[in-house]
Amino acid sequence: MGGGGAFSVACTAQMQIFIQTLVTGIVTGCLYALIALGYSMVYGVLKLLNFAHGDLYMVGAFIGYFAIQWFGGATALIIPVPLLIIFMMVVAGLGVGALGVAIERFAYRPLRNAPRIAPLITALGISFILEDSVLLLFGGFTRNYNAPAFLPFRQSIHIDGVNIWSVQIIVVVVSVVMMFGLRELVNRTLFGKSMRAVASDREAAEMLGVNVDRTIAMTFFIGSAMAGVAGVMSGLAFGQISNIIGFLAGLKAFTAAVVGGIGSIPGAMIGGLVIGLCESFSSSYISSQYSDLIVFALLIATMLVRPQGVFGQPPLQKV
Amino acid sequence: MAPLLELDQVSLSFGGLRALHSLDMHVDENEIVSVIGPNGAGKTTLFNVITGIYQPAGDIRFDGKSLIGRSPHRITGMGVARTFQSLRLFLNMTVKENVKAATYGGTRATPIESMLRLPRARREEREVEARAEDVLGFFGQRLQGYRFDQPAYVLSYANRRRLEIARAMATGARMLLLDEPAAGMNPPEKLALRELIRGLRERFDVTILLIEHHMDVESELCDIVTVLDNGKVIAEGKPAEISRDPKVIVAYLGSGGGAGEAAEPLLAGLE
Repeated sequence: MGGGGAFSVACTAQMQIFIQTLVTGIVTGCLYALIALGYSMVYGVLKLLNFAHGDLYMVGAFIGYFAIQWFGGATALIIPVPLLIIFMMVVAGLGVGALGVAIERFAYRPLRNAPRIAPLITALGISFILEDSVLLLFGGFTRNYNAPAFLPFRQSIHIDGVNIWSVQIIVVVVSVVMMFGLRELVNRTLFGKSMRAVASDREAAEMLGVNVDRTIAMTFFIGSAMAGVAGVMSGLAFGQISNIIGFLAGLKAFTAAVVGGIGSIPGAMIGGLVIGLCESFSSSYISSQYSDLIVFALLIATMLVRPQGVFGQPPLQKV
Repeated sequence: MAPLLELDQVSLSFGGLRALHSLDMHVDENEIVSVIGPNGAGKTTLFNVITGIYQPAGDIRFDGKSLIGRSPHRITGMGVARTFQSLRLFLNMTVKENVKAATYGGTRATPIESMLRLPRARREEREVEARAEDVLGFFGQRLQGYRFDQPAYVLSYANRRRLEIARAMATGARMLLLDEPAAGMNPPEKLALRELIRGLRERFDVTILLIEHHMDVESELCDIVTVLDNGKVIAEGKPAEISRDPKVIVAYLGSGGGAGEAAEPLLAGLE
């Protein structure tokens, strides 16, 4: 074909942008999905929108940051990088998981039989407590993981001008492993079955011998741990963290949970990916300033067209 | 022989309202006992204190062990299961899943074993499956075969009631508490239910305590009828005796307006 050379170069550049955007979308989508899962699971068992959930993600990011500093800082690490990453994720997962359990125990459990507005307001309060505690303890300035110092960009995979950074691969692999693990946990184990029974009817579940308190605590632990790990991974992938990052991330994850169908585990995963992709494509192709607008417009559109979300079940009529 | 369930001076108040008033009651092993009483007499509250939802004053003993201070799931674990007046099925789950949900309490496999499908987890899963099918089998064609995998919300009202009983039995209950099992049923269904309850006792050796609003289903079925009014036992005896008891007649006649308050002076007059 005449002039094919120039045409194909132009085409490839377009393809590069497309694939790069796709990769960014999948990475952010995985992080949103991990946060959305906690939102959705907690909503499932308690019918509570845990607005403090985004801030647990922020706490996870801070734990990861201090782990890097503990081991000598990003430019002078005293332990091997893989060990550091595993350490960060395990500590952030356990630490934030424990924090989630403590929040449930002391803030939500006393209100379990209160009108639903009470725990909702409490959740907003917990969110402020977490944000402002971090502000008081560590200051309000932005910190940087500086992950490229120990996971260089040049270790990226280069395919035809498309760069996939090792951190992006870590995020996707860890997210997929965690989501697969969660699916198995929910479908196969006693905890998962108890969780589904409690989500369906707490009182009836209790009468069938389900330990409701323990099931709810476990749900908070697992949801919070995933948010903590997501916080570490977002620090690695995007660098900047501060005490307020939990707010927007939490709001987007909430959007993801609602779009996918709140209370549904596959819904939270798909919703997270949809929101991540929507955000990255609107940044690349429309305007990065309007990407949040487009994401929340998607939320409104979902509420209009399919209020129960993609995987949500329409409410049953009780006879 | 000591009774299976014993209530000793059980009282419970909600604020100023005395829901249960120094209640003494006992149910012997393998008996079918019915609790009747007008609205607000404390029948469902009685079930709620036995199953640990409310913590009353006094003592409740099941098989010689006190139930006071135990959480509901532990009481279920000891062998007390119940159904609800308003049905509480897991409507989105299938018929079989509903029953299976009640049998997992006895499983011991750890999360790791379950996720990796190790031998113990697989064996327990087979046992749960077999037990669910066995319990459902007792209920005949209505809850079998193609019904196994239907979601509970497609079932008819009477079948939902049956499924709730099946689910309670699957916990391995030694004592079954049925809260108005015949509510909303038509006469033929009530007759079938009576046979079902009788059959449950024969098949599973279970002791049954049931709540009815009126003397109805239980009149031919029960060994003992206990009449509650205003949180107190006002009469206890064989069905035939109870239906002639003047105090009971008064309690029901007086229940039209201000419940027991109106009945009390009348009662005093009769004695």
